[in-house]
Amino acid sequence: MIVEGRAVCVSGDNIDTDVLYPGPFLNITDPSLMAEHLFEGLDPGLRELLGGDSVLVVGENFGTGSSREHVPVAMQASGIRAVVGRSFARIFYRNCINLGLLAVSCPGAVAAAVPDSRVQVDPAAGEVAVDGVVYAAQMLPPFVLEMVEAGGLVEWSRRQPAGSR
Amino acid sequence: MGHTLTEKIILAHADADDVAPGDVVMVRCDVVMTNDISGPMAFRTMERMGVERVFDPAKVVVVADHFVPAKDVRSAQLMKLIAEWSQAQGVTFYEQGRGGIEHQVLAEDGWIVPGSVVAGGDSHTCTHGALGAFGTGLGSTDIAACLAHGRFWQAVPGTIQVELTGALQRFVSGKDVILAVIAQLGVGGGTNMALEFVGPGAEALTIDERLAVANMAVEAGSETGIFPADEMTAAYLDGRTERPWTAERSDPDALIDRRLEIDLDTLSPLVARPWSPGNIAPLDDVLGTKVDQVYIGNCSNGTITDLRQAAEVLRGRRVKPGTRAMVVPASQKIYAQALAEGLVETFVEAGAMVSTPTCGACFGGSNGILAEGETAVATTNRNFRGRMGGEGSGIYLANAWVAAAAAVAGEIVQPGAVLGGGSS
Ligand code: SF4
Repeated sequence: MIVEGRAVCVSGDNIDTDVLYPGPFLNITDPSLMAEHLFEGLDPGLRELLGGDSVLVVGENFGTGSSREHVPVAMQASGIRAVVGRSFARIFYRNCINLGLLAVSCPGAVAAAVPDSRVQVDPAAGEVAVDGVVYAAQMLPPFVLEMVEAGGLVEWSRRQPAGSR
Repeated sequence: MGHTLTEKIILAHADADDVAPGDVVMVRCDVVMTNDISGPMAFRTMERMGVERVFDPAKVVVVADHFVPAKDVRSAQLMKLIAEWSQAQGVTFYEQGRGGIEHQVLAEDGWIVPGSVVAGGDSHTCTHGALGAFGTGLGSTDIAACLAHGRFWQAVPGTIQVELTGALQRFVSGKDVILAVIAQLGVGGGTNMALEFVGPGAEALTIDERLAVANMAVEAGSETGIFPADEMTAAYLDGRTERPWTAERSDPDALIDRRLEIDLDTLSPLVARPWSPGNIAPLDDVLGTKVDQVYIGNCSNGTITDLRQAAEVLRGRRVKPGTRAMVVPASQKIYAQALAEGLVETFVEAGAMVSTPTCGACFGGSNGILAEGETAVATTNRNFRGRMGGEGSGIYLANAWVAAAAAVAGEIVQPGAVLGGGSS
């Protein structure tokens, strides 16, 4: 499994879920409506850069704060295929993986990427390529890799034999 | 090698012979909690998993607390949905006006015992570490799996042990303890770690203070914050729960990744300045900051202890004209107790608003939203940009004495400047 796309860069560290998807919109349950509020408290203009093949490139401790899964749901609904960051906050990371949205820690790739760079993420190899230059990414634990390859926790859970899930 | 308290709890809830930090295991839940925000998405996802009924209705709790009372039709639909779902599934449901903020309700109603695993669809589920449980915040898909199968995947965390010595001084509370920890660790410094609070200072903290400390473990990026159960825990649980439990602690030879020490004797009030819980300063550094709104409430510091502290400051005094104050008890039980103790009367006479228990303005939902550029002092746990409302508005996180004193003075002051005594 290799995920490829065009870089959309978000600068800064410790970007929290409140600016990524503000509280007043948490009563929305339709993913396509959620997408309209992604990045609302950070920079709504970022939404215009997103297309069907975006790879979000982010800094350290990205997604700190709430458990609100609205953030990665809105990201998927906006055509974000993967998130490459220096590091991720715990629940945001879990939410991405559970939704089958690849989140990979690769500081080298983050440093190299500029807007519209071609980014290729190969989770099994633990590599991220930016405009053809390959950087070593943190390897995903086998369990996490298995879940991402299954397409997320829903699919993974369906595949487990009854009784062992 | 021995095990940490967190490893012991995970080991007791996993199909594994042994666990070490970094191992990914499936962890069985004793309690699965969700609310009006994480719940509706989780219910839909559970269906997509092909599962119709929750794994064990006796272990599932749903709490209406975020958009309470429903502020618009969309929020009301969510309330209706979680009520109907809870009834159909036969799970415990705290409807509007019957419970309060989820973490407080679960603790005070005896859902949580030491050594248990609490999976909550809310990041502040780490609050339950105050009672020696492994409480951890999860998103909606994780919660869907917990509802369906009673398990979630978890990488076993390492442990940062925080040794507390001495005793809290006047006008210093659990809030200041955890702010001091975050000041040392930074907002990402606890990633992949459990924070464990030990030492004579930890043992001397009341459960309300421990709740405030454990609650903000997530603000350091931690998986949870945990206090080994002791006599204080036993006394709190007495009469609240029938669930069996035993007290555990980390083995002396367990692997501790990092140790911090905080001397409560020398700890003075701290604040987190806008726009990060990690932007911490001594109260002295922000004196004189003009305040538009004071908010005393939320799952970290909306306890009876906090309300008593606020009432001590507001008794016989008035909220400064030009400043507004809101008091939001964290649960109906706290509200009732505040009424019985005359605290609500004190607040109302001082010119403060007293709200029904709700998450409300804490996350910018309703009931006390800030205008653009306004400044608040809040006993809440997050002060991210725009968290409580308008663009450019700023929140100073502080303890209840500091918050109430700011209401009286209209600006940030030392509580002693209003009440006399304590830190200068
Ligand atoms: S009171 Fe605030 S921090 Fe606590 S659960 Fe509610 S919204 Fe979250």
